[in-house]
Amino acid sequence: MKIAVTVNGKAREGDVEPRTLLVQWVREALGLTGTNIGCDTSSCGACTVHLDGESVKSCTMLAVQADGCSVTTIEGLANGDTLHPMQQAFMDNHGLQCGYCTPGMVMAAISLLKENPSPTEEDVRIGLEGNLCRCTGYHNIVKSVLAAAGK
Amino acid sequence: MIPAAFDYKRAGSAAEAISLVSQYGDDAKFLAGGHSLLPLMKLRLAQPAVLVDIARLADLSYIRDEGNHVAIGALTRHHDVENSGVLRQHVPLLAHAASHVGDPQVRHRGTIGGSIAHADPASDLPATTLALGATYVAQGPNGTREIAASDFYTGFLESALAPDEMLTEIRVPKMNGATWGFQKFNRRAQDWAIVGVAAWRRGNECGVGLVNMGSTPVLATSVASAIAGGASVADAARLASEDAEPQADMNATAEYRRHLASVLVRRALESQSA
Repeated sequence: MKIAVTVNGKAREGDVEPRTLLVQWVREALGLTGTNIGCDTSSCGACTVHLDGESVKSCTMLAVQADGCSVTTIEGLANGDTLHPMQQAFMDNHGLQCGYCTPGMVMAAISLLKENPSPTEEDVRIGLEGNLCRCTGYHNIVKSVLAAAGK
Repeated sequence: MIPAAFDYKRAGSAAEAISLVSQYGDDAKFLAGGHSLLPLMKLRLAQPAVLVDIARLADLSYIRDEGNHVAIGALTRHHDVENSGVLRQHVPLLAHAASHVGDPQVRHRGTIGGSIAHADPASDLPATTLALGATYVAQGPNGTREIAASDFYTGFLESALAPDEMLTEIRVPKMNGATWGFQKFNRRAQDWAIVGVAAWRRGNECGVGLVNMGSTPVLATSVASAIAGGASVADAARLASEDAEPQADMNATAEYRRHLASVLVRRALESQSA
């Protein structure tokens, strides 16, 4: 089936089997491998991208469901060499250890601040409940999101 | 994990969706947010030959004040139920329960109609709407009909919906100032409840729904009868699992579930949220 999706601001087209997952299309057809596959069961959040500006788990969406929509992946955040404020906050606050959960954390955190621009620490912890960090590095992840919210 | 191959049809209207599903029979499934169905398909626990995508039927996404009740379009996302001013004012128990479904990403995609039609006893919204005395509206090839929530859940992941019927609306009575409580006991924030309770109370009248206490969502009618008869909350809560047949799984024994249900029903009925 033919699909047309705006990915990171660029019009992209594809011809996919209906069963193709959004994450699979983004990674394998478009080569945007910044979005990771973790649990593959919509638990861990590593595959989080934005669909029309809201966080979604791209392992639990079909590429055909994104037809006509706008998708933003971690690659679409920086402006040239200038990191997105959330990426910069993660860097400044050591918000990552192994880094595997980081793209999903950053995407979920941006969506969270869009809905709640001035979250409390508890709001951030609850707002990131859909993202797991196997390094258990939550302390600095929360610190990073709070730092980004203050900017 | 990638689902087994299937044909994909995108419906332009409810009538077209029903016609497509009628055409393909038992092999076809409606696809809304996909957050119950796609995980099952990835695990090969469901293998429909045809998916009829109804997610873009924007006229089935709404929350309307209808006087005595609030009408919710089946394709309204959990995120919109959670943040609805109308629901927070008139049916706060449901708005609150929706905020406990999955996680923010899941709530951006999953729909109230999808959750109810999936009829998972471990999901929050079937038991919550059951406690609230909701009515569901189903549309089929021959028109629409109303189904009381108490008649809807017929077995594990089974409902009174015919294969060619689509859930289109959920009607929830206004709570009119009743106190309410929602208790969800789980091991990780985003998990399904090991046991959950949605309850409201107004004087001697109450409604109590149990999550994950059997093969269907459970209405704890024994608790409601006891409260109506003047029993204390503590005494009534001891009857929490009278109407349930909880099962053992990796998280809990049946006995532990019965104990949890009593504790959580007591806490939910004692809650003074209004």
